[in-house]
Amino acid sequence: MPIKTEQFYLNVGPQHPSTHGVFRLRLSLDGEVVTDVEPIIGYLHRGIEKLAESRTYTQIIPLTDRLDYLASMTDNVAYCLAVEKLAGIKVPERAEHIRVIFSELMRISSHMMAVGFYLNDCGAFFTPVLYMWREREKIIDLFDMVCGQRLLYNYMRVGGVSQDIPDEFIPAVKKFVAEMPQYIGEYNQLIKQNEIFLARSKGVGILPKETAINIGASGPVLRASGVKWDIRKMDPYSIYDRFDFEVPTGDAGDCYDRYWVRIQEMTQSLRIIEQAINQMPAKGPICSDVPQFFRPPPGETYGYIEAPKGNLGFYIVSDGSIAPYRLHIYPPTLINITALKDMMIGWKVADLIIIFGSMDVVLGEIDR
Amino acid sequence: MTVAVNAEETGQKIAEAIPGSVVSSDKGSLTVDSKALAQVSVFLKNTPGLEFDYLTVLTAVDYLDYFEVIYRLVSLRNNQSLILKTRVFGRDNPTVPSVTDTWRAAYYQEREIFDLLGIKFEGHPDLRRLLLWEGFNGHPLRRDYL
Repeated sequence: MPIKTEQFYLNVGPQHPSTHGVFRLRLSLDGEVVTDVEPIIGYLHRGIEKLAESRTYTQIIPLTDRLDYLASMTDNVAYCLAVEKLAGIKVPERAEHIRVIFSELMRISSHMMAVGFYLNDCGAFFTPVLYMWREREKIIDLFDMVCGQRLLYNYMRVGGVSQDIPDEFIPAVKKFVAEMPQYIGEYNQLIKQNEIFLARSKGVGILPKETAINIGASGPVLRASGVKWDIRKMDPYSIYDRFDFEVPTGDAGDCYDRYWVRIQEMTQSLRIIEQAINQMPAKGPICSDVPQFFRPPPGETYGYIEAPKGNLGFYIVSDGSIAPYRLHIYPPTLINITALKDMMIGWKVADLIIIFGSMDVVLGEIDR
Repeated sequence: MTVAVNAEETGQKIAEAIPGSVVSSDKGSLTVDSKALAQVSVFLKNTPGLEFDYLTVLTAVDYLDYFEVIYRLVSLRNNQSLILKTRVFGRDNPTVPSVTDTWRAAYYQEREIFDLLGIKFEGHPDLRRLLLWEGFNGHPLRRDYL
């Protein structure tokens, strides 16, 4: 009697530890090999774009915190930058430096979470995450010191930042910057040469350069595929043109490269923080004079930054009232997962978890 | 620095290659006829000197009289950018050609606009709601949705 076989469908998620949030992957399987992938999203959709239409420009800032909740600071920065571009507001020098320091601290923290949970997906159950968390805790303490919040900061304002940094902040950052390279060395010692880690991530989930550009990937995912494209370098916003740093890239575009690009970016962020601390004016205003209910002139603008996960942008259309006529959020991770099909088909289910982990996905940003 | 290309000059180039496609162009953006959009997208991607190979933001705005679909294109090689717009009239069945064949970056963004603004993208491989569930009534980001 011939054996009858049929396609097998498997839902990964919406509640699954490896989906990093409420996210569903509908898989078609042939045995254990993936033949088709369909991401199903929208479980965390809060309609931030619609909510923004009935709020003033300042009231939208806390909403942006809830996008990429592992990197709230950079979300704030991206939004404020877009509004400043729209209304032609200048940011004081000291505030620009504070923003850079905070963005880069946020980048380190976000990459630590990405790498930690990626290793968790690889099967190193929670030990690497706890190592990463040890240092992330220090960054969060720094944020706590300044704005009293540990996750959703709501710190940036249109035209600057909400409050000045306390006296003990700069010494604490200096201490962190001095200590951090040693910890990064520790991570490398633990992870980089690990036989199992290398076997599971080298050559897995390859995203070729042309595909990466065509799907519009950005951030570490794009750079791991060998495209040297970092908005901080290619289209410097804020004061990034004053700093000296490298843009690390990979060449194979596999999971290992995505991990390694992130680790290298942490080192570069430390370099930027160090320079920013040295160049920061000791005194000065931290926010330019912006009325609480200000009305930007009618028009439209697109402001974007290099967030930890990629190119985060806000497209704002103003009709001259106190609320935006339309606000569109360009989420880097939603665009990055367009490539899931290319990367996952042909791999086994266990590899799929790793590939998805290496994308560094945050559902708050995908669903908005 | 990503330089915004001169939209007027680019508009002239497009008008020469694809007659009747350019509606208007100003300093910052270029508006094309929605019927010619697919041709224009291929032209912008493949013409030497333009080479817009990287589509970033794709969004739409409801102006009640018409919808405006906005594409921001970037050329990674030349480090240039262009804002391309197209207008679509009518509220019952607005349709724009899809650009997923040219830039796959449009795949989820077109689905999202279809979901939230109700603009159909002709030629999209799988045009379904993205964020809201099947059977949801209406399109929330339209200005007349309450």
